Amino acid sequence: MSTATVSTLKGARLPKWSPYAIAGGSVGLAIAIGLAAGLDSRVQWGLIAAILFIVGTYGIAARVEGKRQAKDRIATSLVWVAFLLAVIPLVSLVWVTVVRGIKVLDLYFLTHSMGVVADTEPGGGIYHAIIGSLEQVGLATLIAAPVGVLTAIYLVEYGRGKLSKAITFFVDVMTGIPSIVAGLFILSLMLQFEMQPFGFAGSLALAILMMPVVVRSTEEMLKLVPNELREASLALGVPKWRTILKVVLPTSIGGITTGIMLAVARIAGETAPVLLLVFGNPFINTNPFEGAQSSLPLYIYQQYANSAGSGAAYDRAWAASLTLIAFVMILNLVARGIARWKAPKTGR
Amino acid sequence: MDTTQITDTPPPAAQPTATEQKRAARGATRPGDRIFLGLSRGSGIFLLVIMAAIAVFLTYRASLAISKDHGNFLTTFEWNTGLQEPVFGIAVLAFGTIVSSIVAMAIAVPVAVAIALFLTHYAPRKLSGPIAYVIDLLAAVPSIVYGLWGALILVPHMNGLFGWLDDYLGWTGIFSWQGGAPRSMLTVGILLAIMILPIITNVSREVFRQTPRMNEEAALALGATRWEVIRMAVIPFGRSGVISASMLGLGRALGETMAVATVLSPTFDIQASLLDPGGGTFAQNIASKFGEATEFGRDALIASGLVLFVITLLVNGAARAIIARRAEYSGANA
Amino acid sequence: MKLQRKNRRALALGAFAVSGALALTACGSDDTGNSNGGGSSASAQAGNIKCDDAKGQLLADGSSAQKNAIDAWVKSFTAACSGVQINYKGSGSGAGVTAFTQGQVAFAGSDSALKPEEVTASKSVCKGGTGIDLPMVGGPIAVGFNVPGVDKLVLDASTIAKIFDSKITNWNDAAIKKLNPDAKLPDLKIQAFHRSDESGTTDNFTKYLIAAAPSDWKYSGGKAWQAKGGQSASGSSGVAQQVKQTSGAISYMELSYAKDGIVPVTVDTGASAPVEATVENATKAIAAAKIVGTGKDLSLELDRATKAEGAYPITLVTYEIVCDKGNKADTLPATKAFLRYIASTDGQGQLAAAGYAPIPDDIIAKVRTTIEGLS
Repeated sequence: MSTATVSTLKGARLPKWSPYAIAGGSVGLAIAIGLAAGLDSRVQWGLIAAILFIVGTYGIAARVEGKRQAKDRIATSLVWVAFLLAVIPLVSLVWVTVVRGIKVLDLYFLTHSMGVVADTEPGGGIYHAIIGSLEQVGLATLIAAPVGVLTAIYLVEYGRGKLSKAITFFVDVMTGIPSIVAGLFILSLMLQFEMQPFGFAGSLALAILMMPVVVRSTEEMLKLVPNELREASLALGVPKWRTILKVVLPTSIGGITTGIMLAVARIAGETAPVLLLVFGNPFINTNPFEGAQSSLPLYIYQQYANSAGSGAAYDRAWAASLTLIAFVMILNLVARGIARWKAPKTGR
Repeated sequence: MDTTQITDTPPPAAQPTATEQKRAARGATRPGDRIFLGLSRGSGIFLLVIMAAIAVFLTYRASLAISKDHGNFLTTFEWNTGLQEPVFGIAVLAFGTIVSSIVAMAIAVPVAVAIALFLTHYAPRKLSGPIAYVIDLLAAVPSIVYGLWGALILVPHMNGLFGWLDDYLGWTGIFSWQGGAPRSMLTVGILLAIMILPIITNVSREVFRQTPRMNEEAALALGATRWEVIRMAVIPFGRSGVISASMLGLGRALGETMAVATVLSPTFDIQASLLDPGGGTFAQNIASKFGEATEFGRDALIASGLVLFVITLLVNGAARAIIARRAEYSGANA
Repeated sequence: MKLQRKNRRALALGAFAVSGALALTACGSDDTGNSNGGGSSASAQAGNIKCDDAKGQLLADGSSAQKNAIDAWVKSFTAACSGVQINYKGSGSGAGVTAFTQGQVAFAGSDSALKPEEVTASKSVCKGGTGIDLPMVGGPIAVGFNVPGVDKLVLDASTIAKIFDSKITNWNDAAIKKLNPDAKLPDLKIQAFHRSDESGTTDNFTKYLIAAAPSDWKYSGGKAWQAKGGQSASGSSGVAQQVKQTSGAISYMELSYAKDGIVPVTVDTGASAPVEATVENATKAIAAAKIVGTGKDLSLELDRATKAEGAYPITLVTYEIVCDKGNKADTLPATKAFLRYIASTDGQGQLAAAGYAPIPDDIIAKVRTTIEGLS
């Protein structure tokens, strides 16, 4: 009884397994066509399978369920196909980096520099690049984070009138600076003052890139702090600066930290400005204020560019990529953790 | 999400703090206040000064170069800054930058929207959470890693696709291929698409998720299929959000340096075909030419960087305008 | 208050992370000399190297053609003088000369001698002196190709010119067949790669084409590639990488890059037998080089259209460019020590193993005297 009523109300439906069946059928057919036509590109096979699947679904569904349902099914399969297509390169990226990177990534690799190892030979490590990256990014953060946070405080807590409008506008403009342009700016200053390349120059360019990001995210977070908190504190006679330091900032510290860490993660992967400014160095240089340094992104680029196609150099580039990705991911995860842990306790 | 709080708090924030500030400005404030205000205003001004310095400096250097250009800065197909009579022009770079970005957008936007829809409306809930998370993380993968992957993995895998495109679409001229290594604008576009996909997906997903539940349920109650719900309720609601997300992605694609530099075979001419290697982009050209550039050559590169800067600025401005407009008319959100 | 306590904990966490990073700085090591790679019998000669009081790091940039030679030298030099680090970045002759004239590096490597305007520019860096060219490494430029099923190929200057000018576009072209009656040439598109950066290798290669095939190569030459068409990559390493990856590819590069799947072309010079791209054959051609530099500058001129038996005509001599006077005081001892070593019999003796040709004796003797006079 129930089946009869349901079917009259809903109209004919294809069984649940039908998409899988059609998918299987079209893949089989595509392989057959591919083999028959002698197409050796697997990409081509996949495309044929996808087209067959869409046409098949539409045809069958239109016959059984009607046109509107058929369209719905097409949309569903298109969305799925788009998803799967997009996943392939992204998965491949992560997979290749991990599989190739793990080959040479060991304690020796992490604790030694390239030293005198030629770029085309096996051996060497990324210690110098890690140190360079940490120092450059750390110094950039030391500059950009306070300036960014203070600017955001000014905009949210004090800023009225022309100055704050100008700052808001220029922060917007600054977010659009291509990283290579920031690098060019610092480079030209360096040449003006006849300076040799050194790590801190890279930090300055990175700081320029980082500041607007920090301002933006901090601004958003400060705006989230409910006004009642400020008013309550001020009403108790607490000076404004203490209100900001003791009430506003602690309430939003989670979001601010998250924003800063995400900004750090972003600049840690910047290659272009570093390439212009710090020269690169196969040896360890722990002094960011004097002498050439390396950095992880720069190291990856140089290993690729100087490899002359040597497998050893590629392996090192992948291993360094893996290290860099791990660093960025950890920063991201920690940032998210902090965001969740310290989320302003104002909402639900 | 707690979006309602976001909208509710800022406007009232303005009044009390404003009065407070007036009181503060009238003097009779504690030194702590003055120091703190000074600090925060100082850093604001510092930012302003840096930005102004960059703008002035770049414009000045660029004007030095352009005034000595013996070609036409906009239309010359050459970049020879080392000559006695230097000749350089941005035509090739502008073409390459725009073409690669268009290719990237043409691929990335539809796919990103589809993934966003997949995550919000199609995927099983258990799956969509982690996937969204992973895509979020992928947005943070440094571009040099994309570049390395592009040069070593993507390029060798493009031969099949290129041959296929040439076979079936070669007659258009855009997809004709003379069999060069696939380090061309199309490969660059595809790589850029892959790079900006996570950003566009993330923002679009956020926007789609905010579609008022009521609208969707109303459509469903009228007997709409899932696709019809998306077409009639979700997409109209999220359109401006998707556009601004795309602009963000476009901004990144325009300024991308290392990924392009590792994948492209740079030559200074314009190819009709997307498949034949050659061409260049602003950022790539700066990265590969700055090393051997004389002081004058650097100025010329700065001039091209300035053009890129202006283009990026326009794109970002457009994105922001769209976001602002959207904030106005869609009451409950953002 | 609760928030504050957590805040403090976060700070402590941050402090821990920072101190951890600082602690890390203590445990890294530059000592990679014993790595399994290389194979140059470097350390054996370490005893003869005079370090003097040299220390610190030397920045150098330039020709990627001599990068492999420098890498080998650096290995043995550092083994003897552990206080000195040589940081040679092979980003191309153009980049090297620019970095030198802007005072960014202690010496530059270049495959072309300084141009007059570059000498003028160097005066602002070399207080009271100018930049000079010291020939240090010679070498054959291999025209390397990657064609499946072909492991020997003879080409002459005009064919090479036509290939790189996109006039010959397929490997089974009649002109190539005529020179290689026995080879099985496939029906495959020729992928000619050139350098995208300004390169002394390009300069030397095109000078050869201009000298030996003037009717087929109508460009004026120079560090930047001038012909239209073809594909490009950056640095000797970059073109080698592309040739390796691409079936049907051909490019020009310093011989030491032509390995692992890249086969050097044998050149028909008009001598009785085609000449292979080997160190010995290049040495024969370089032996005829003449010094054309004036004063302390020792730039050389090569006979590129040579038809001598067994002399490989496509060669380059790469220079180290330093100031004759006015080198920076803090880098001078290290620069001198390193240059003295690479010009020594030991240094020059290492070259053949790395795929380079040593500089003829009479010329290198002058180089040694000049190095001693650097200030």
